[in-house]
Amino acid sequence: MSSKAQITVTLNGEEHEALIEPRTLLVQLIRETLHETGTHIGCDTSSCGACTVLLDGRPVKSCTILAVQANGRQVKTVEGLETADGLHPVQQGFKEEHGLQCGYCTPGMMMTSVALLEENPDPSEDEIRKAISGNLCRCTGYVNIIKAVQYAAKQQQGVGA
Amino acid sequence: MSSNLATESTVAGAIGQSPKRIEDDRFIRGKGNYVDDVQLPGMLFMAIYRSPFAHATINSIDCSRALAMPGVLACITGKDLEAHKLAWMPTLAGDTQAVLATDKVRFQGQEVVAIIAKSQAQAVDAIEGIDVDYDPLPVVVDPKRALEADAPVIRSDLEGKTDNHIFTWESGDADATDRAFRDADIVISLDTLYPRIHPAPMETCGCVSDYNKATGKMTVHLTSQAPHAHRTLFALVAGLPEHKIRIISPDVGGGFGNKVPIYPGYVVATAASLLIGKPVKWIESRSENLISTGFARDYHMSGELAATKDGKMLGLRANVLADHGAFNAQAAPTKWPAGFFNIATGSYDLPAAYCKVEGVYTNKAPGGVAYRCSFRVTEAAYLIERLVDNLAHKTGIDAAELRKLNFIQPEQFPYRSPMGWEYDSGDYDKAMDIALELVEYKALRKEQAEKRERGEVMGIGFSSFTEIVGAGMSKICDIAGLAMIDSAELRIHPTGKGVLKLGVQSQGQGHETTFAQIVASELGIPSTDIVVEHGDTDHTPYGLGTYASRSTPTGGAATAIVARKLREKGRQIAAHMLECAPDDLEFDSGTFSVKGSPDRTKTIQECIFKAYQPELPEGMENGFEDVTYYDAPEMTYPFGTYICVVDVDKGTGEVKVRKFVAVDDCGTRINPMIVDGQIHGGLTQGFGTAMMELISFDEDGNCFGSNFMDYLIPTAVESPHWTLGECTTPSPHHPIGAKGIGESPTVGSPQAFVNAVVDALTPFGITNIDMPLSSHKVWKALRDAGVSDD
Repeated sequence: MSSKAQITVTLNGEEHEALIEPRTLLVQLIRETLHETGTHIGCDTSSCGACTVLLDGRPVKSCTILAVQANGRQVKTVEGLETADGLHPVQQGFKEEHGLQCGYCTPGMMMTSVALLEENPDPSEDEIRKAISGNLCRCTGYVNIIKAVQYAAKQQQGVGA
Repeated sequence: MSSNLATESTVAGAIGQSPKRIEDDRFIRGKGNYVDDVQLPGMLFMAIYRSPFAHATINSIDCSRALAMPGVLACITGKDLEAHKLAWMPTLAGDTQAVLATDKVRFQGQEVVAIIAKSQAQAVDAIEGIDVDYDPLPVVVDPKRALEADAPVIRSDLEGKTDNHIFTWESGDADATDRAFRDADIVISLDTLYPRIHPAPMETCGCVSDYNKATGKMTVHLTSQAPHAHRTLFALVAGLPEHKIRIISPDVGGGFGNKVPIYPGYVVATAASLLIGKPVKWIESRSENLISTGFARDYHMSGELAATKDGKMLGLRANVLADHGAFNAQAAPTKWPAGFFNIATGSYDLPAAYCKVEGVYTNKAPGGVAYRCSFRVTEAAYLIERLVDNLAHKTGIDAAELRKLNFIQPEQFPYRSPMGWEYDSGDYDKAMDIALELVEYKALRKEQAEKRERGEVMGIGFSSFTEIVGAGMSKICDIAGLAMIDSAELRIHPTGKGVLKLGVQSQGQGHETTFAQIVASELGIPSTDIVVEHGDTDHTPYGLGTYASRSTPTGGAATAIVARKLREKGRQIAAHMLECAPDDLEFDSGTFSVKGSPDRTKTIQECIFKAYQPELPEGMENGFEDVTYYDAPEMTYPFGTYICVVDVDKGTGEVKVRKFVAVDDCGTRINPMIVDGQIHGGLTQGFGTAMMELISFDEDGNCFGSNFMDYLIPTAVESPHWTLGECTTPSPHHPIGAKGIGESPTVGSPQAFVNAVVDALTPFGITNIDMPLSSHKVWKALRDAGVSDD
């Protein structure tokens, strides 16, 4: 346990170096070492998806990835969604469509949604339901989360048109 | 109604509008502040060693290996706590609960040793270094077995205790009910278990306790649905002076009743911080959350419904065995050992009713929390609605017609139920009619008949529930002697923008938006000009917190009243400025105008600014603020009709919810968008209860359902679509006519799913399947009825 690993991770566009225990989970690196606490932990079995982040653009459950596996890679969290141009369409969608209540699952849910729309800009309702099925929400019944993703899809298509 | 203003205001964000939520601005940016996000300088971490046995004597506890492990600073045992009189703590139900076990462990997962270390990982590592020598004891998991004369006595710590009986509670008129049953043509009987489930909010429970030696102040960042009550309990339990305790319940990631009790982890972390003088963080894992903190339900119910052959209900009788686990840590008002179970007559004008509930100890986790529920109303609503559907099947009377035949009628309100409740208002036929139309009922029954001809299995299930919420009523409701009031403090700054401070505490309900809307309507300033603060006991007025759908009935009422007090101050000032009598002024949407001279006006903002200037009316103090403590005169009674349509696969037992119509009447709707969101979420939780969720035990007391791979909550894939309808019957005694909505869908929906499945299976002689209705269970029922093959 004494030997530590030196890693370099780019979080939301900013490069960080960290000396960590090899067993450190990516979510622990993000929350405890890099102090970005928007990414949450909701379970201990990789079931809930509250910790979902993008690793080189792909959604991963950051409780199931070692921080050392993110060495030299790009990590994007909820804090990286907003740009100088404003909120990400997915963020807008969640607010406009009341896609959240307690807000705990929201960051992970949004990161999964962002990844879905990257891959499939115009998903059907079934495709959205499948895509977010690894993210648990106890408050909304998913109804308005689906609407939020549809809202974002429309926004993105509008911008692209 | 004492005022119609609330629902008529045209001010931006007033009641009835659906402004987007204020709180979302931080949540969608990842800038919420949950307890686990609190990181303090020098903070230490706590992990808990828990019992692997459900029942065992502790011979010895050896922490020496753990103490030698890296980063470990202390191992705290029950013996250490005994020195501070903290080894045991009182529960909300007036029982005692071990903080850390000293003599025996009484359920699997019970807290035995707390480890304090420099990092979370080191604390968790050191659990492996705790050596406890146990003598396993016989385990009691079945509550019926618990009552047998030769059952092992679980609570040997209680002086003179020779059995596992906790309480017997009766309500209603047993003799009148017996007579009703003697006169009945038909008696429907149902033995059913409302199984043990868990609220399972996405955020588990935890705290950061931060004792400041210099000031003597203990600050506890806590996942708390009731921060003020928790402060008082900390003062009473730990002997800390209450003015030196500050509870901060920051953003809370869902509660649903799970975060009402005080848990051993909170107490030990707080004691550790006090002794060590550094902040101590304790955050449960999901497994710890599911195996040790407040479970819900676990009611073994025997219900009987007496009726005439024409379907007129005559009487209800219910006998319940309530499994409370190893300690009676039920969360309910003190005088109500079985909560509000005696609301069991529901929406029906039953002449006679009687219920008896017996509570027992078993070797299971303690609890009996009100999971999105007013204290056992959920179990009560389930029982009566299941009985009514079975009565429909027995008599051959249509389930909707049978309900209508027995509904309490609008002119009967306020209605006194046979078990003593006074319902405020209702129009049950109306909710039913809207639901029947939305679901296209006649066509559905026709389709069902046709499908049955073809051998297909389809069912339609009803639930016409009546809720009881808003506790409420200090004459009958207290917790640990504290009246169940709630409060609001409103302070408007000179420029007309201000802050509303609440005794209730949001866990996702959107109070920062909706309570500002009440102010907008009552005081006439836009809702976005009000910041709502809650959850910090140093900065908010006293209240009993948020659960049992009580925030709007109590805190919402306090908000309306405090805003009205300030409106009256504004009226005095306006009259002074306009040189007229206060009674000559009309108020509409933020403007006072002189009756008959509509051009002579003052806005509320002008009045507020004046309140901070010289030359006020004679005798009036400066400033524009006030506080109200509200004690509800009665409970509120939301209601609704839910209709569920299912298709059942005979071969696999799979149940598909094809359609679900939910018509809710929660009185005045403050923010319809948020009300709908609450209903969506509650219905989905009800679906989880009915179809998936279960915490069970083997004969040795090993807990199943201890993680999210075994304890299944609905995902987006299996969650049904919801069709919502509404009607509005305001509460006559609530200042804005609101009744509360949060828990109606979890209380109202499970029986609709079960009734639909039972309706589908009725042709095969099946009259009951207990929740959760897994495919396997439904298939087994079909197989036992000779319908499905092995």
